[in-house]
Amino acid sequence: MEIPYTTEHRPDTGLYNAKLGVWLFLASEVMLFGGLFSAYVLLRVGAEPGMWPHGWLNVTLGSINTLLLALSAITTLLAWAACKVRDFGKFKIFHACTMILAIAFLGIKSYEYRDKFLHYEIALNNGTFADGHLVEKSADFDLANKTGAVTLHGHIVEDRKELMDLRSPEAQKAEHKELVIPAADIKKMQNYGPWHNTFTAIYFTMSGLHALHILGGTLVIFYLWGPGSRMYKTDPERFTNRIEVSGLFWHFVDLVWIFLFPVMYLT
Amino acid sequence: MQSNVQQFPPFREVPPTHAHHDHGHGEHHEPGFWQKYIFSTDHKVIGIQYGFMALCFMLFGFFLMLLMRWQIAHPGVPVPVFGPLLEKILGQPAAHGAISPDLYNSFGAMHGTIMVFLGVVPLAFAAFGNYVVPLMIGAPDMTFPRINMASFHAFFLGGVVMLVSFFIPGGAAQAGWTSYSPLATTIPTHGQAFWLVGMVLLITSSLLGAVNFIATIVQLRAPGMTWMRLPWFVWAQFVTAFILLLAFPPLEAAGVLQLMDNVVGTSFFLPTGLAVGGAVGQASGGGSPLLWQHLFWFLGHPEVYVLILPAMGIVAEVIANNTRKPLWGYKSLVYSALFVGFLSFIVWAHHMYMTGMGQKIATFFQATTMIISIPSVIILTCMFLSLWGGSIRINTPMLFALGFLPMFGIGGLTGLPLGLAAADLYLHDTYYVIAHFHYVVAPGTIFALFAGVYFWFPKMTGRKMNEFWGRVHFWCSFTFMNIVFMPMFAQGIKGMLRRMSDGAVNYSATRVPNAIDALPGTVMQLNGFILWAAIGLGIAQIPFIINLFWSISHGEKVNSDNPWRATTLDWQTPTPPPHGNFSHTPVVVRGPYEYSAPGHAEDFTPQDEPVDGAAPATTAHH
Amino acid sequence: MSESEKPVSLKDTIRLCALVFAAVVCATGLMIYTSFLPHYGWTAKVSIILAIATVNAFLVAGYLMHLLSEKKLVYTVLGFTVFFVIGLAGLTICATNGFPPGTVSH
Ligand code: HEM
Ligand SMILES: [Cu+2]
Repeated sequence: MEIPYTTEHRPDTGLYNAKLGVWLFLASEVMLFGGLFSAYVLLRVGAEPGMWPHGWLNVTLGSINTLLLALSAITTLLAWAACKVRDFGKFKIFHACTMILAIAFLGIKSYEYRDKFLHYEIALNNGTFADGHLVEKSADFDLANKTGAVTLHGHIVEDRKELMDLRSPEAQKAEHKELVIPAADIKKMQNYGPWHNTFTAIYFTMSGLHALHILGGTLVIFYLWGPGSRMYKTDPERFTNRIEVSGLFWHFVDLVWIFLFPVMYLT
Repeated sequence: MQSNVQQFPPFREVPPTHAHHDHGHGEHHEPGFWQKYIFSTDHKVIGIQYGFMALCFMLFGFFLMLLMRWQIAHPGVPVPVFGPLLEKILGQPAAHGAISPDLYNSFGAMHGTIMVFLGVVPLAFAAFGNYVVPLMIGAPDMTFPRINMASFHAFFLGGVVMLVSFFIPGGAAQAGWTSYSPLATTIPTHGQAFWLVGMVLLITSSLLGAVNFIATIVQLRAPGMTWMRLPWFVWAQFVTAFILLLAFPPLEAAGVLQLMDNVVGTSFFLPTGLAVGGAVGQASGGGSPLLWQHLFWFLGHPEVYVLILPAMGIVAEVIANNTRKPLWGYKSLVYSALFVGFLSFIVWAHHMYMTGMGQKIATFFQATTMIISIPSVIILTCMFLSLWGGSIRINTPMLFALGFLPMFGIGGLTGLPLGLAAADLYLHDTYYVIAHFHYVVAPGTIFALFAGVYFWFPKMTGRKMNEFWGRVHFWCSFTFMNIVFMPMFAQGIKGMLRRMSDGAVNYSATRVPNAIDALPGTVMQLNGFILWAAIGLGIAQIPFIINLFWSISHGEKVNSDNPWRATTLDWQTPTPPPHGNFSHTPVVVRGPYEYSAPGHAEDFTPQDEPVDGAAPATTAHH
Repeated sequence: MSESEKPVSLKDTIRLCALVFAAVVCATGLMIYTSFLPHYGWTAKVSIILAIATVNAFLVAGYLMHLLSEKKLVYTVLGFTVFFVIGLAGLTICATNGFPPGTVSH
């Protein structure tokens, strides 16, 4: 006996197996990201007053990424439609676009990550805080031995709270310049990695998990576009179904970003 | 949509007089060893792989527990026989062959984890589900055979990661199977990181399995197998699969967050100003320890239904088969299972009354907890009533199924006081809780699993397990189980806390004679008593283990494909079922429990036996 | 069933996609605009922005994922899923906010 309903629809459910499968999988993904978004809300609501950051991420880059993903969602649908009308050439073109868009997305994302890793907050011994991007560390820079100095492009604030809302008029007005800070003046130096505070923590975790989904989706699409597309010749209907199912996953990944973007970048 | 069943040829498998292994499937090439046993995509092989692994893990988890019971009864005294071996393998934590408190914590955490995630779930859900569900619904295999294989491999890897963690410096995870933060992050061992990676793998495995089960049950039911003709076991597995699908991901999310806390240095679950070892920690703070508990118990409670529902399913099948009459209240059973599954998602915070949540929300969770016990009681009642007036056939599977009923009853009823905040504040984290859930999962679920092993063994191998040793296994297990767990209720009510490596000696009347409520000597003596019962329980498993392996080749041969004379489709296949299971698609024409139908020559009517005088194709309706 | 589905036309799909994309661009623009409005507090802004994001999600799920014309079974699965997500987030937040006064430090 062969497994039924691999391509044709089961009459009482109206679905073929893989389609039901992917929706079930997406349901579990909804729960996964649901858990993470709940964590986000809880951390944000539970943050001490004035300590939840605003405006820490680059809205321009985030918007570009939003549009890239939206476009890729569309090329994915078109790739499926092309398969459906048996236009293999167009399918190849559309999905090539999808992959290019996905890689562009990941490129921008890594650039944003790098920017955060180069951004330092330094607590100085006199109680003030220096904050800015790393320009250079002197060759003999060593925090433990208190030798050398580090150069930041940024500014100095009296209270950490001033660093929290970069959209505030005061933060907008702040003048950024090169600061040379001797190691001897430094109490604690930390970049804006996930360990910085709960905002960077949840930002890196959620966007990182999302980026992993993009990566996984891209690999699947690449497989179906390249070696896996041989199936188009032998069983075009089943191949089209595969494109549909992988497309559903891809659209879901886009959906997650549609919420991640406003939650992380805009609010 | 009209009926869709007509296109299949009517077919009836006639029970042969002897088992045959070469059931005329010449078109399938004999696959090699790797293909057949390691990279198999056949649901039956995967089921057996899961079953074998799960039984091994269960034995290992049991052994950890024995060592712990020794430590509880004789704190600090070197473990006899195994002590030197432990010291050799684990080194310093088992110095002089005694179990250090840290090692005790590791064993405790891993006992829980292994029993739940590597023992019972894989056996109850993955093993029995994989082997039996496709057969019962008349399907050739699971919907996604390769995903099924991937699920097993993820499980295997997860198990390996867990086991490896015993040997890293610092040892395995020590923060309990619940892994509460900040404890889980501040204990200086990477065991916790291993635990988390292992859990992510196990969760992945369960998710793949769940997708597969649901898709299979929805899509691959044979013609005529309508929802209300599904054996209840399939319903139980169906609900279980949904619980796994939707409750596990939040724990996966939590696992990722805790992994970040442990490895990257974030503070998701670490509060501001957390002091570790007397010094304020380096973490940035701002996190919420309660967040972990919520995400954990959002899985944790539904998980207990993952542990119990498949077990109930097995018991239902065994009871219907051995009382030779239909299950009492099939529809109530179905709706109860669905209702339990649904409600299990909104009761979780009854594990967290001690966190001091407000009255309103505590009331909500108390209410849902009380409500969820209703369908559980309905299920149990239906099974008891099924016994009424039956001409009961007593055999080993039936003994275990019958043993399950009162044991689960005790476990479930003792849960009610825990579900009420006022009582739970006192009982929380005492041995009372240990006794409660062990009654549910040990003499409960595990007995049901034994019933399943004895029951389906003839289908898997064509031979029965030895009846005499089966009964020895049952009566000894039954006796020792109760001697192990019953005293724990008393200890708990007296105030003995769980997770103490010294077996509460420091709270005993001998150590602190003037303390109010110091544990009296009688409570302490029970520890020694339980140790010996636990050892007895271990010895009682030896007949089972020998019986299991011996019977594969030496058991009494069954003289038909349907030795228990059962109605469900799993028994209407060749023995053991070949690749693809059925030689023809079975056509189902009746409900699952047509036993002793009046006017019928036999006392059972298989689901696919054609209705007399009419071609099955025309009588089947959709 | 496949027979009941409308035949796919590439042209129509492209037209649909163009519309959806235009709508998504507008919605995203509106979100960004809202977030820079000076006179609202964060609470108001967050609500508006999330509302727009939901519209965005509806467009993608409804049209690109064909969720508007899916089978009942899929709706059922997703219905339960959404219910449980809301339960998870909602009850967790209720429980963490519901501490009696004076028992938590902030
Ligand atoms: C029938 C109604 C049930 C009720 C009302 C109930 C209630 C509870 C409650 C309130 C607790 C928390 C006690 C505490 O930590 O203070 C608890 C713990 C537990 N229950 Fe149940 N339960 C029921 C059935 C079950 C079932 C069917 C299972 C498993 C198959 C189970 C397994 C557990 C486990 C494993 C724990 C301990 C968790 C831990 O490590 O803290 N319970 N139960
Ligand atoms: Cu519970």
